[in-house]
Amino acid sequence: MRRNRAISSTLVGLTRALGHALVSEHVARQPGLLQALDPRVRVVGLLALVLAVTLSRRISVVLAMFCAAILIALLSRVSLATLVTRVWLVVLLFTGVIALPALFLTPGDAIYTTAIGGLRITAQGATTAVLLIARVETAVTFTTLLVLCTPWMHVLKALRAFHLPQEVVMMLAMTHRYIFLLAETASQMFESRQSRTVGVLDSATQRRVTTRTAGVLLSKSVELSNDVFLAMQSRGFRGDVKILSEFRMCAWDYVGLTAFLAVGAFAVWMGRS
Amino acid sequence: MTASPIFEVQNVCFEYERIPALRGLSLTIDRGQSVALVGANGSGKSTLLRMLDALCFPSSGTVSFCGDRLTPEQLRNDDYAISFRRRVALVFQNPDVQLFNPTVFDEVAFGPLQMGWSSADVIARVDETLQLMGIPHLRDRAPYRLSGGEKKRVALASVIVLDPEVLLLDEPTAMLDPRSQSQLIDLIQQWKGSSKTVITATHQLEIVEDIADRVFVLEQGSVIASGSPQEILSNSELLLRANLVHAHRHTHGEMTHSHPHLHSHDKHEH
Repeated sequence: MRRNRAISSTLVGLTRALGHALVSEHVARQPGLLQALDPRVRVVGLLALVLAVTLSRRISVVLAMFCAAILIALLSRVSLATLVTRVWLVVLLFTGVIALPALFLTPGDAIYTTAIGGLRITAQGATTAVLLIARVETAVTFTTLLVLCTPWMHVLKALRAFHLPQEVVMMLAMTHRYIFLLAETASQMFESRQSRTVGVLDSATQRRVTTRTAGVLLSKSVELSNDVFLAMQSRGFRGDVKILSEFRMCAWDYVGLTAFLAVGAFAVWMGRS
Repeated sequence: MTASPIFEVQNVCFEYERIPALRGLSLTIDRGQSVALVGANGSGKSTLLRMLDALCFPSSGTVSFCGDRLTPEQLRNDDYAISFRRRVALVFQNPDVQLFNPTVFDEVAFGPLQMGWSSADVIARVDETLQLMGIPHLRDRAPYRLSGGEKKRVALASVIVLDPEVLLLDEPTAMLDPRSQSQLIDLIQQWKGSSKTVITATHQLEIVEDIADRVFVLEQGSVIASGSPQEILSNSELLLRANLVHAHRHTHGEMTHSHPHLHSHDKHEH
């Protein structure tokens, strides 16, 4: 639909963002391999695997880690369709753009010469490009699994266990909390605007509408933040953030942590050039 | 035996960027009393509640709690502030303002943690409060995913977890469906009977008799009348003046006449 495209596309974007959040929340509540582990184990374990993938210099090892990521996803009830649309295609697009020059610029043995321009694709260039794409795909898949299978607050609480300052944790938690409220408000404002719009708005008017909406939203968020601060004060907040950590490690968590670290260490060892 | 005053407000004025919100307002609230502050939108109810909770301070006049004058200096004293926050709790009109934590459990635990309670005490007390409010199933839910009634219950749980002496409620039944309203009124009645001081700001006259034994009518930032719910609700002229009822026009045959119009849950008065 061409008319009022700015408003429509903003609405679609907001709805999609809220939808993604709901999917993540749903997945995090499912029983599964990752969900059964202590959030701290998930954070440490998956970040160890990300590190291992980054340090591995052999495509075979990186591809094996990619297969491990798929296995973990399936055991954690994360659908491959979600990974394809939210991770793999997006990463392929962005990393592909970055990796493309390596095909031609890396010196080595030519395996193909383009008909137009006579550009040479080298074996070493192809290996570098594939390794880069495979590494990023695998690392982002592990990170996405962490985010999908762990409620955001648990990720933050887990980070607290690694001595991230409480103020930072609280700030991130509140950002996550209110971004949905503001996204909903923005969505309602655009819906309201659309319901009262007749005919086609020229692009200058659409830009003006969007700018004004952003301004109103900013005022609302400032007002909201003032009120939230008063509500915090009212319940005894004196500037020092106090958060309760309820996590308790059990035997299964230690097994999981050991497995993650062992796989990561093995991948680094096998991935040496 | 006469009850001792818990709040004394004397000749208080307050402005929001030069727009007056309270103009020379005075009132006294006794310990254990259930009070309704009624008035139309913009009459100063919410500002007064925030002042009673020491979240804002008068530009002139005084507010005292149990004989202690509430001033910014007084509230900068950590010991006094913690004791005051433990004893006086405010439930905001918009629950989204009050629910700033990522889960319901964290929300209810926020107050006790600020009071320095031990982790074991916090967990036990939070679970007990969630049971009391009938919302243990919401424990790990994110507040933004709750319905309006659930948010209101969580907001209430987040303050009653501290078992405060004084409860300040800002439009507690606003935006609630009839069933949630009725459940909330039941809760307020329970607190009424438990020697707590409950101060409720509302413009819903139909709930006043249920939740209060004394009513202050506010108009344009000052108290224009006070009395028992029966005295206030039977004074049509006063309610009309305070914009709490509207004139209702009827046509009988060829004659049209108007009179104040008040709805309540068990009667419809003219």
